[in-house]
Amino acid sequence: MQKTATDDVTEYVTVHIGGQLFGLPISRVQDVFMPDRLTRVPLAHPDIAGVLNLRGRIVTAIDMRVRLGLTRDKDAKPAMAVGIESRGESYGLLIDSVGEVLKLSPDSREQNPINLDARWARVSGGVHRLDGQLMVILDVDSVLAMGGEQMAA
Amino acid sequence: MDDLLREFLTETNESLDVVDVELVRFEQDPNNAGILGNIFRLVHTIKGTCGFLGLPRLEALAHAAETLMGKYRDGAPVTGEGVTLILFTIDRLKEILGDLEGAGNEPEGDDGDLISQLEAMSAAAGSAPAPRVEEPKVAKGTLADQTLERALRPGEVSLDELERAFRETESEVAATAVPEMASPPIAPEAKPAKADKKAAARPAKAANAGPSEDDAEGGVKGQQTLRVNVDTLEQLMTMVSELVLTRNQLLEIVRRHEESEFKVPLQRLSNVTAELQDGVMKTRMQPIGNAWQKLPRIVRDLGNELGKQIELEMHGAETELDRQVLDLIKDPLTHMVRNSADHGLESPEQRRLAGKPEKGTIKLAAYHEGGHIVIAISDDGRGLNTDRIRKKIVEQNLASEAELEKLTEAQIHKYIFAPGFSTAAQVTSVSGRGVGMDVVRTNIDQIGGTIDLKSVQGEGATVTIKIPLTLAIVSALIVESAGDRFAIPQLSVIELVRAQQNSEHRIERIKDTPVLRLRNKLLPLVHLRQLLGIAGGEPLDETNGFIVVTQVGSQTFGIVVDQVFHTEEIVVKPMSSKLRHITMFSGTTILGDGSVIMIIDPNGIASAIGTDVSATADEAEADSRRGDARQLISMLVFRAGSREQKAVPLSLVTRLEEVAVDKIEQAHGRHLVQYRGALMPLISVAGEMRLKSEGSQPLLVFSDAGRSMGLVVDEIVDIVEDALNIEVAAEVPGMLGSAVIKGQATEILDIGHYLPLAFEDWFKRKEMNAAALTRKLLFVDDSPFFRNMLTPVLKAAGYDVITASAAAEALDILKGGDRFDVVVSDIEMPEMNGFEFAEAMRSDKRLAAMPVIALSSLTNPAAIERARVAGFHDYVAKFDRQGLIAALKETSVDYAQAA
Repeated sequence: MQKTATDDVTEYVTVHIGGQLFGLPISRVQDVFMPDRLTRVPLAHPDIAGVLNLRGRIVTAIDMRVRLGLTRDKDAKPAMAVGIESRGESYGLLIDSVGEVLKLSPDSREQNPINLDARWARVSGGVHRLDGQLMVILDVDSVLAMGGEQMAA
Repeated sequence: MDDLLREFLTETNESLDVVDVELVRFEQDPNNAGILGNIFRLVHTIKGTCGFLGLPRLEALAHAAETLMGKYRDGAPVTGEGVTLILFTIDRLKEILGDLEGAGNEPEGDDGDLISQLEAMSAAAGSAPAPRVEEPKVAKGTLADQTLERALRPGEVSLDELERAFRETESEVAATAVPEMASPPIAPEAKPAKADKKAAARPAKAANAGPSEDDAEGGVKGQQTLRVNVDTLEQLMTMVSELVLTRNQLLEIVRRHEESEFKVPLQRLSNVTAELQDGVMKTRMQPIGNAWQKLPRIVRDLGNELGKQIELEMHGAETELDRQVLDLIKDPLTHMVRNSADHGLESPEQRRLAGKPEKGTIKLAAYHEGGHIVIAISDDGRGLNTDRIRKKIVEQNLASEAELEKLTEAQIHKYIFAPGFSTAAQVTSVSGRGVGMDVVRTNIDQIGGTIDLKSVQGEGATVTIKIPLTLAIVSALIVESAGDRFAIPQLSVIELVRAQQNSEHRIERIKDTPVLRLRNKLLPLVHLRQLLGIAGGEPLDETNGFIVVTQVGSQTFGIVVDQVFHTEEIVVKPMSSKLRHITMFSGTTILGDGSVIMIIDPNGIASAIGTDVSATADEAEADSRRGDARQLISMLVFRAGSREQKAVPLSLVTRLEEVAVDKIEQAHGRHLVQYRGALMPLISVAGEMRLKSEGSQPLLVFSDAGRSMGLVVDEIVDIVEDALNIEVAAEVPGMLGSAVIKGQATEILDIGHYLPLAFEDWFKRKEMNAAALTRKLLFVDDSPFFRNMLTPVLKAAGYDVITASAAAEALDILKGGDRFDVVVSDIEMPEMNGFEFAEAMRSDKRLAAMPVIALSSLTNPAAIERARVAGFHDYVAKFDRQGLIAALKETSVDYAQAA
C-alpha cells in the first residue's frame, strides 16, 4: 500500500507566470537558472526569446509569457528559467519566479475546464486544486511542440 | 614449449595475417589466380606443419579451408559467403594459436561447426553444373553464427540482406553462366531485361560492404594503426570543441588584464589546445578516395546499361577531408558521376560522328585550396544543351521566354539546379527523374559549400564543388549589426570594404537598392539589419558602414554591417530544431566572452537577395571575362604633383621605397640620395621638385642594368589589377594618356620619358651604334597601352618605330614593300595571333628571313617552343625591357650582316 501511495504522488516544480501558478513534473526539469546574456534570434518565432550559453550548452529560450498570450512586462526582465531537455536539445522556459516543489496526489487533479483559453488548454495537462489557488500543469512536450504547429500553419 | 613450436607459431601468425589481407583482395578481384595461389600455398603450409607437430584441431580446420580454396582454384565460382567463411576459419585458427602460445598445447574444443560449413560449401562448389542454386540453401542453415556484435551503422548492410542479395545474384548469374560474384555483373554479351540488371546490381553494393566488415573483424594487422570506434572520435572532437571554447574564454579574460600572471601559462595552454585540435582533426580526416570507392563499379554498370564506353579517371584520391563532410558529399558525387555518364557522354556512335574517341572520359579531381577542398567532376561529352534547357525552363514555367532572352548561356545552365528539373529526353533508370542536381545543390549548400558549373557545347561539362575541410570548427568573421553580433564563415568572404560618405567607396542607391562601385563593377548590397529585420543599436547609417564582400558560387554581393571585429575559430553548434527553418543562419556558436551568436549562412542570404543578384553577378562575371580577354594589368596608383591619380604598370617598378627627407642631398642642381651604395638621382613627375619638408619621402625606384632612379611621389595610393584602356592620349610629354582605374580618371605615366632624365644615356649607352639609329622596326601589339609604352623605349634605343594594332595590318605594311630590320610582335592578339602572324610571314618568301621577336606575357616552355616552331627568332617576356633591347640588338645585327 505504501508503495502505490508514493507511486501516485507526482512531484511538481511550481513556477509563476503572469501571476498564475504552474507546475512542471519534476522529472522533466533539468535545472533552474538565471538567464544571462540572451541573444535574440532574428526572424525566429516570436515565442522564442533567444539563445543563451548555459555551461557550454546552447539553450533555446522560450518566453512563456508570449507563449501563453500574456503581455510582456517591457521593463521587467524574466528573472528565472527552467531548463528542459527534449530530443537531445536544451530549452529554457522563461518564467517570472520559481516556487516550491509540491507533492500532489491525483485526487486533487482535474481536467482542463472546457472554457479555458485555447492557447492555455493546448499546453495544460490538467489543473490541481490547491489550498487557496489553482495550479495549471504544464505539459512540457506540448509547450515545445507549439512552435512547430504554428510554424507549419 | 620447444623451439620448433615457437617458430611454428611466429611463422603461422605471420602467414595468417597475409592470408587475411589477401583474401579481402581476392574477394574484390576473384579472377586473380596469383592471389588465390598465394593463399592456397600459405594455408597448405599451415596444414602440413600442423600435421607434423601433431595439432589435430588446427590441421582439420586448415584442411577444410584448403579444400574449399582448392575448389575455387579449380574454377568454382567464388562467393562472398565462402570468403567470409574462410575468414572466420582464419580467425578461429588464430584463436587456437593464441591459446597454444599461452598453454603450450592445443586447447580442447570442437570445430565441427566451421568444418561442416566449409565442407558443405566445398561440396556445393564442387557439384557442377548448376551448383549455385542449391548453395544458398546450404548457407542458410549454417551461417547462423554470422551475427555482428554491434548495431549496424547507416549505410551498412545487414548480413541477412547480404545473403539475400547473394542468393538473388546466384540465380541471375547462373542464368548468364558468369560465375564471379565480386566482379561487377558482367553482361555485355547478354542483354537481359532491366529488372534483371537491377537485381544484379544489388550484390555489387553488398560486396563492397562485405570486405570492410571482414576487415574490421580482422583487427589490427602489421601496420602501426589502431581501429577506433567512430563514436569515440566524435566524443573526442566534442571535448576538444569545448576545450577550444574554454580557451577562447580564458584568452578573452586575460586580454582585459594587461599584467596577468596567467598570461604565459595560458599562452602555453592555447598552443597545446591548438595542437590537440589539429591532432583530433587529423584523426577525422579521411582520403576522399573513400567516397570514390564505389564509383568505378557504378560507372562500369552504367556503361553496360547505357551501351557506352566510359573511362573513369580519378585524381587526388588521397586528398583528405573530415569524415563528416565526406559522408555528406558521397551521394552528391555519385549522383553527378551518374549524370555525367547518362546525360553528359554521348553514345559511341555519336562520339564517332563528332570526331571524338568512342570511349568517353569522366574525370574526378580533388585538391586543397586554402581551407577548402575543391572537387571537379568533368566529362568530355556533349556539354549542356542550352536549347533543350531553355525549352524545359519554359515548359516547367520556371521562367518565361522573354526572361530567358536576357540571360546568358551560363545563367541558363544554372537552371539545372532548380528543383524538379531534368533534361534527359528519356527517363532512364539511371537518371532523368528530375530529382537530380537540385538535390545535389541542397546537399552541398547544407555543408556550406558552393557549386559551380561550366559547360562548352560539344566539349563537355565541368561541375566544381568547393567545400570546407571540416564543419566542426571553422574560421569566421565576427561582425555587428544593430547591436547584435554575427559570425560570417570566412570561406565565403572575399574582402572587406569600408564605405564612407566621402571616400571613393560609398554606398549609392538605385531607387531603394543599395549598390557599391567596386573596381568598376556594381556590387549589389544588402543591409544585414534590414534582411534580418532587426532594430537597435545605432540607427541605420545609410551611407557609412562595412561591406563584407561575399561570394556564393558565382554570385557576389556585399553584406553591409555596422562593425567588423576580428576573425575567430568558432565551434559550430547545430541550431535548435525550432530555429532550423531560418535559412539565414547555419548554426550557432559560443564566443570567447561566453555569449552565443548566430552563424550567418551566405547561401541563405544569396537566395534571399534573389535571382536579380545572380543575374547581376553573372553579368559582372561576363564583364570580367571580357576584361580577361583585354588583359588585366597590375597598376601602381599614386599621387604626385597634383591631386589627380597617376599610375604606372607595377611590373616596371623595381621597388617602393621611403627615404628620410634629411638623407636627400643636392648636387649640381639635382636631387640625389645614397641608395644601396650608389647615388641615385631623384626625378619629380611635375617639372618642379617638391619634396616633403620632414619625415620620409616615398619613392618609386626604377632599376635597369645596375642603375636606379627614384621618382618622387606624394603618396602611394593602391595597387590595382584592372584592364587598362587608355582613353585619352596625352599631349604632355611624360604621360601616355588617361585611363579609368578603379572608377577614377588616372594619368598613365610614360616611364620611358623619365628614365633619360635621370641618366641621359639610359637607353643609349649600350646600344650606341650608328647603324642602330637608322634601323626600322615594326611593332605589332593590339594593346594601345603597350604600343604607347614601348614605342618611346624602342625609339630611345635608336629604332625608327612603326606600329600596327593587328597582325593583319602588320602584314599589309610588310607586304607594302617597306623594308624593316626587325619585327616585334605580341602573341595574344584577337583574330590573328602572334603565332599565326609569324607563320604567315614565314610563308612569304620576301619576309621569310626577317627577324621576328615575340613579346608575350605567356612565358611557359610550351609557348616558347610553339613560338620557335612558328618562326620567331626570340621570345621576350612583356615587361623585360632589357631583354627586349638585348634581343633586338642580337637579331637585327645578324639580319643586317646577312642582308
